[in-house]
Amino acid sequence: MTDLEHRGAGPGGHGELATTDDPRYPVPDPGDPEHLPRLTDVDEAAADRATRQVAIMFGLVPILALIFVVTYFAVPKDDYIDFGPMHTNTQNLVFGLTLGLALLLIGLGAIQWARQLMDDEEKIEYRHGAVSDEEDRTYVLDELDKGIAESKVTRRKVLGRSLLGALGLVALPGVVLLADLGPWPTRKWISGTIATTIWEEGIRLVNDVTYVPIRAEQVQIGQLINAQPENLQEYHGTEFLQEKAKASIIVVRMNPNTIKIPDSRKDWHVGGILCYSKICTHVGCPISLWEQQTHHLLCPCHQSTFDLGDSGVVVFGPAARSLPQLPITVDAEGYLVARDGFSVPTGPSYFERDSRNDFQEGDN
Amino acid sequence: MRFLTARRRHPAAKALLLVFALLVMGALYSALAPSSKSAADTGTSQQVAEGKKLFAVSCASCHGMNGEGQVSGSIQGPPLTGVGAAAVEFQVATGRMPMAHPGAQAAVKPSEFSEDEVLALAAYVASLGPGPAIPEPEQYDPAGLSEEEIARGGELFRTNCSACHNFEGAGGALPNGKYAPSLIGVSNLHLYEAMVTGPQQMPVFSNGVLTIDDKRAIIGYLNELHEQPNRGGLALGGLGPVAEGLWAWVVGIGVLILFAIWIAAKGVKAR
Repeated sequence: MTDLEHRGAGPGGHGELATTDDPRYPVPDPGDPEHLPRLTDVDEAAADRATRQVAIMFGLVPILALIFVVTYFAVPKDDYIDFGPMHTNTQNLVFGLTLGLALLLIGLGAIQWARQLMDDEEKIEYRHGAVSDEEDRTYVLDELDKGIAESKVTRRKVLGRSLLGALGLVALPGVVLLADLGPWPTRKWISGTIATTIWEEGIRLVNDVTYVPIRAEQVQIGQLINAQPENLQEYHGTEFLQEKAKASIIVVRMNPNTIKIPDSRKDWHVGGILCYSKICTHVGCPISLWEQQTHHLLCPCHQSTFDLGDSGVVVFGPAARSLPQLPITVDAEGYLVARDGFSVPTGPSYFERDSRNDFQEGDN
Repeated sequence: MRFLTARRRHPAAKALLLVFALLVMGALYSALAPSSKSAADTGTSQQVAEGKKLFAVSCASCHGMNGEGQVSGSIQGPPLTGVGAAAVEFQVATGRMPMAHPGAQAAVKPSEFSEDEVLALAAYVASLGPGPAIPEPEQYDPAGLSEEEIARGGELFRTNCSACHNFEGAGGALPNGKYAPSLIGVSNLHLYEAMVTGPQQMPVFSNGVLTIDDKRAIIGYLNELHEQPNRGGLALGGLGPVAEGLWAWVVGIGVLILFAIWIAAKGVKAR
């Protein structure tokens, strides 16, 4: 006696549960539900009504198609309709409405037809086995053996072997092309490319777009400048974009008495003018969404927020590392220049990146 | 006289007397007060004096009687020394100041002040310390810019402004209830003043770094951009097919689900 039978037949149950002796199907097949006729099956008037509905839906389609065609020829192409905040081309609007409605009505009519008028008697078609019968199987295997023998591949073995060699090695050029995905990111390759920028000592900070150098005296408290290294102009094409993607910076000025400047970075700023990488340390979006009163820099992609008044530490969001700061000073003519390159790689995180030297909250 | 004497202790007597006194004061004031002048002679001591009076009434509760600011306590107003006339013109003429109530950000609303009163306030605050003056039309009027200059303005806009204000100036959200306002419909004067003064959370873009020509180019680009006719549909801040596609998917799939329910629903049975 199985558990199910026991529970079903046990005393004190609320009702008798029918059971079977087959452990795979403990509950007997209840069979098909009783077929109930629809209103349209028994009432001729309802069936006529449904027929009319379907015919009207199909009948509207040619009218809509005609409106489409007439609009195409009669309405000028540059005619526009204004309604509320929308402003749209008359032809496009009519084309969309007529063609869309026409297709919708064909679909609606077909479904109404199927639901109300087509025969809805439930029918059962049982599955049959997928295996072919024995005769067919032996026939196919015999044919296959005959084909192999006729191809002589069993007698002249070199044919098959050379074909296998050909097919195997023809894939080699394809595999070799995958080398274009490289170079393999060795430690040396990383430190010479993605981990370094064109910033170095004495490079002037210039405005992005105009390449005008920035005088320290012209930077006011609360100012934000999207800037680039002056030597970026020496690069062109793909190289230009690659270097710009790593070297982009923002320059901000805050009151040096109201922000935290660690001892190790005392000489990295010029009277409260601080310079940070513009590339978010999370996945590398360029960020210049700076609130001058809170000193917070917000990345629009995933809302990472950096406090530029506290060495660029992360105060919110998915970024894991502080924004790299570029040490700056002024040259003899009063222009802002870099004291040195970035001390840590700029840009987004990647697996091989060494993150031990990044500024941590509380460092000094 | 007996009529008045008999009723001098009537409950309504006090209120009536007060109304009478107010009427007399009003009549005296209108008869004796000097008629106000409407000329906007910027910088004159009379305008500064007038501005000081307006300031004391409308601004001093947060910014202090002399614009020294109030940085502690529940209501905070920044010091106004050195903010310049341009900042006052921007804040007051756009209705941002005076704020209706302290909050994350001062909202744009119809200005409570006439043009003369705004200029008087600006003149007074400018007298507190040197700051950017209200610009002349040739500084912010983009008329006569070439196509190349407007294109350069677009590049400058996308570099410096679009992070907060969206690529077509539709505005955007900032943390903690703050926002970058839409630039659509903002006057050229106020666009210029905002760049040069950096109102609220907006950074300053001083003339020494983003030159007057650069600012004119940006203003010219914005004018050009917002004059472009909208060729259909909702603009959605120029975010392109992504935003429109999202609506199409949400609405489109929603309707398809309704159809699927209808197709699979059991219809009316005869019994």
